[in-house]
Amino acid sequence: MSLIQRHTAGEVSPANGTTHEVETTVKSNTPVNGEYRLLTLDAPQSVLDCQPGQFFHILCPVTTTEQPYLRRPMSIYGYSAEKGELQFLYKVTGEGTRALATLAKGDRLNVLGPLGVGFTIQDDWQNLLLLARGVGLATLAPLAQEAQRLNRKLVAICSARNADVLMSIDHFKSLGAEVITVTDADGTSDLENLRAIIEGRIADQGVDAMYTCGSNRMLKLLQEIGATHNIPGEIALEQQMACGLGMCQCCVRSFNREGTITQERVCREGPVFGIEEAMAW
Amino acid sequence: MVNLSTKIGSLTLANPIMPASGTFSEDLSEVLDLHQLGAHVTKTITAEKRGGNPTPRVCEVRGSMLNSIGIPSKGVQHFIDNTIPFYNAYDVPLVVSISANSADEFARICEQVSVPGVAAIEVNISCPNIEEDGKAFAMRPSTTTAVMEKLRSASDLPLWAKLSPNTGETIEVALAAEEAGADALVVANTLLSMAIDIHTRKPKLGNLMGGLSGPSLKPIALRMAYQCAKSVQIPVIGCGGISTVEDIVEYLIAGATAVQVGTATFINPNIMVTLLGQLETYLETRNIANLSDLVGSVRDEDAADAVVFMETAP
Repeated sequence: MSLIQRHTAGEVSPANGTTHEVETTVKSNTPVNGEYRLLTLDAPQSVLDCQPGQFFHILCPVTTTEQPYLRRPMSIYGYSAEKGELQFLYKVTGEGTRALATLAKGDRLNVLGPLGVGFTIQDDWQNLLLLARGVGLATLAPLAQEAQRLNRKLVAICSARNADVLMSIDHFKSLGAEVITVTDADGTSDLENLRAIIEGRIADQGVDAMYTCGSNRMLKLLQEIGATHNIPGEIALEQQMACGLGMCQCCVRSFNREGTITQERVCREGPVFGIEEAMAW
Repeated sequence: MVNLSTKIGSLTLANPIMPASGTFSEDLSEVLDLHQLGAHVTKTITAEKRGGNPTPRVCEVRGSMLNSIGIPSKGVQHFIDNTIPFYNAYDVPLVVSISANSADEFARICEQVSVPGVAAIEVNISCPNIEEDGKAFAMRPSTTTAVMEKLRSASDLPLWAKLSPNTGETIEVALAAEEAGADALVVANTLLSMAIDIHTRKPKLGNLMGGLSGPSLKPIALRMAYQCAKSVQIPVIGCGGISTVEDIVEYLIAGATAVQVGTATFINPNIMVTLLGQLETYLETRNIANLSDLVGSVRDEDAADAVVFMETAP
């Protein structure tokens, strides 16, 4: 019997990893506010052994007006093996996300994942602090879920333009996080205020680790605070991707590893990196 | 049961489907069973360590993509110590893709990778990124001859010359490669292209220009594969825009004895194995016992205008 006889058209072959290309079914795809939507998928167990900070590579549908070609990387907003559920929070900005927004309950969606290296929570990190802005909160939501599971204290500092787009506040609260909100509209989201809030937390409750994603300003702020107080941290980074698996070498970023500038793939070596090695862009 | 095996010169492949260089690495084994492929073709390596091009390195165009990755390379020693042993765990022929900026450097790395465990060397004489303005050896017959002769004397392994669509002399370059000792032609690499963001007015690639790949390249690469298969005696391996079993069959009918699947793997990482199953079904349902029965079966003898079209084609 030849090797290929075991495979009929369309059947997925055995491989040695935990990443799978699977068909999921849309449970719901609803607006969260004027800009963001929450996509909930019915997903097979094979892709639900996720780590916070990992991502999926999504094959957005082709519609009569939108023809995305490459997959779109999207960080996981929520995952539940019990419910057989995967969630993504996304902002409608381009062809891929416009196509994604057309999905209705019952539609099929092909996803590849989970991919990449996620966040770590070391055993002796009791007091966690996360800082995120806008849709960046989506990337950090699974971290709150994991912190709750591990019985760690977590404060989430959520920044946005105005109160209307402050998302996930209830979600973070339901996961046992303490939430501090800052907005541009209130004039509370500036770096000096953020610095004061974080320094206050360090002085009062203590902070064992800090997490962030996406924003250059927040990266620099946490690098400075981390260096001053000797507090470790991690950042989830974004980069345009083609394959998502590490083959195409397109999603590299520069990192400062002990004085040497190296190029690492965000999809494979990341998307989560040590905050001290990440370089502002 | 159909016979899917195919011969590329002295090398026999269990089936005609292999990855295109640059769209394949050890990482794919996370998702795909690498035992299933006809051959493994590694990403192009250079002798020295290279960082690659500035980002963004890819962009999407309608139904296809552009890339200017720029051949980041960990160098030949890292490749010999790590990559070759990884692939040698599979009972699948390993094809190593190499490149260099000069013919002498090219010959040197060709000799360096002519080691046990390597079944053939794909010589990437066509990468549009590595030299200024996309110039590459395979754009002209004279530079093709010069580099292929040096490569030929550097290795006894089969040499597969990867040709470029960025030439007006497809047949002349193909003949030059054959004459200088190539054992097969891979037709073809990506087509030099450009895209501009109309909002920022900036080129969408950090390197300004890059190579087009994906379904929109297929008619061009298919035309070249046909021209080459008609002109040379050595095998032609079709490469460019394959994403369906019909695409593979089309290349085989045009005269290709095997095919490389590239960009489609970025969209569906399982596609090579899926296509293999579909190709087997295609042959079975049409009672074609041997894959080789399809190769070069294009019925072009009735095309009265064929000569005119050939002349007007580049």
